[in-house]
Amino acid sequence: MIKIENLSKSYRMGPSEVSALRNASFTIENGEYVAIMGPSGSGKSTLMNLLGCLDLPTSGIYRLENQEIQNLDLNELARVRNQYIGFVFQNFNLLPRTTALENTELPLLYGRVPDSKKIALSALEKVGLAGRAGHKPNELSGGERQRVAIARAIVNNPALILADEPTGNLDTKSGTEIMTLFRNLNNEGVTIILVTHEKEIAQEARRIIRMRDGKIISDESLAKDNESC
Amino acid sequence: MLILGLLKMALRALWANKMRTFLTTLGMIIGVASVISMISIGEASKQKTLDTISKFGTNIITVRPGEKKTRHVATDKVTTLVLEDADAIESQIAGITGVAAQIQQGAQLKFRNKNVSSTVRGTGKDYAWLANYQLNNGRFFGESEVRTSRKVAVLGATVVKNLFEDKNPVGETIKIDGNNYLVLGTMVAKGSLRWFDPDDQIFIPVTTAQKRLFGIDYLQSIDVQVEKIEDIERVIKDIEILMRKRHRVSAGKEDDFYVQNSAEWLTGWGDAAQSFTYLLGGISAISLMVGGIGIMNIMLVSVTERTREIGIRMAVGAKRNEIRQQFLIESILISFLGGAVGVLFGIAISKMVSTMGGWDTAVSLNTILLAFGFSVVIGIFFGFYPANKASKMNPIEALRYE
Repeated sequence: MIKIENLSKSYRMGPSEVSALRNASFTIENGEYVAIMGPSGSGKSTLMNLLGCLDLPTSGIYRLENQEIQNLDLNELARVRNQYIGFVFQNFNLLPRTTALENTELPLLYGRVPDSKKIALSALEKVGLAGRAGHKPNELSGGERQRVAIARAIVNNPALILADEPTGNLDTKSGTEIMTLFRNLNNEGVTIILVTHEKEIAQEARRIIRMRDGKIISDESLAKDNESC
Repeated sequence: MLILGLLKMALRALWANKMRTFLTTLGMIIGVASVISMISIGEASKQKTLDTISKFGTNIITVRPGEKKTRHVATDKVTTLVLEDADAIESQIAGITGVAAQIQQGAQLKFRNKNVSSTVRGTGKDYAWLANYQLNNGRFFGESEVRTSRKVAVLGATVVKNLFEDKNPVGETIKIDGNNYLVLGTMVAKGSLRWFDPDDQIFIPVTTAQKRLFGIDYLQSIDVQVEKIEDIERVIKDIEILMRKRHRVSAGKEDDFYVQNSAEWLTGWGDAAQSFTYLLGGISAISLMVGGIGIMNIMLVSVTERTREIGIRMAVGAKRNEIRQQFLIESILISFLGGAVGVLFGIAISKMVSTMGGWDTAVSLNTILLAFGFSVVIGIFFGFYPANKASKMNPIEALRYE
């Protein structure tokens, strides 16, 4: 479960203070599929970085699986990212010159998980890329690269997958495949938070949080029948 | 398991930039190879110097006329040292095995139509074994020949070569400054020192040299061989007392002679050669430093280039010290590899110098460990700053880096 209360983040820019996020509060239960929408500069990236434990809030409370994240130090943040969070980026962010299998294995390596090869291979199987395990990113198509990234995100059984414009760099067909993959993962009980500015993509989620000027302006649940299309 | 993973990643990163890795490693190779070869060449030069010097005997005390301050200046013109002093030392000092009075001067040697100039050394019967010469042919002159001032000579190896073209000269007669001398024997070559050739001289009885050849009655030096090396200090004291008495030097006045200990001389030369080694080692250590700076430079470039990779690693859970380790491993690998290949090159260069230059270079285990350890320390030292820089990156900015 994710619970944020009055979460705020401000940056110093020279003499002035810029508020990127102001008093955001919400709760996301395990197994939810949430889209965060908003124009650029609305604070959604800041919110993503905070939820992804890449950054610490200026004030407020962030509770992830009963841990008070705002009180952690850098090493503990790294551990939380490793064990509870999977990232999927717009530009894939795979290591170059490194095979799909090794890319998938990376979080397990830093988590010192034994049998990492086997676990990584089964994660690749889940995204339908077991046959491409030995290929390097430059030998894979864009859709395949993003699927490797998803395999890497789910390999450590995270509590939460954070996807930042995951279809932004893909053609429609690959994009649809990726969204199908997310829906299947969500059906298996994985919590997904999706950042996007495309309406159609956001419609895939069951709940949409809209942001503007660092504030949450709406939080609506969608009808369940979206699931069946 | 993680360390193996990090090692594999480091190897892959180095392999991905083969040329860059090669050039950086080359810097270390040159540094380590030069440290090793320079130190071993320095050591060999020291050893060679000491070996050649010790051929003249390390338990020899030399008495020279004049005051000690004129240590390296020829003191021919001081005429206070005479043959009777040598006889007195031989008969009155305990614990000595031989005494050789000496006088030397350049002279013209002639055999048939061949003419060479060389050094004539007038000395006593003990000189040959005192100065570690060995006879090649014939014999050295004896006591009766010294007493009766015979015109006999023993030739050094270079003279034999120049005058007789390596034919056996024993029994032949040569002319020294126009006078006939019978050749009694020849010496085995000792090998040349850098500043003079001990084989380019001939030996005649000291009395003959004084009366018949040079027309003088003084000596240039008296060599005294001490039986036991630990007696040297005592023998020097005894000789000083005896000489002061014989030369009537009153109490409180400076000696009109001085006693030189060849062991002292040897250590002096050894020290000089040692500082030469340090100098060579120090200069080559600079090239090792430059190699280290090369590592630092390339690691800084590498860290910047791989900013995004660092961001990815941090996002999936790499801690700061794990990022630092990864880059440190890379720089240590470079310096380790450079060290290993450099050691091989260093040994090869030393071997080459010893076969081509005839120097007996020995690469000691200590030198290898020193150079190798130094290179790894350099890898850590110069790799730390870039690695630390990598570990301090902000993951959000690193992920956004283009």
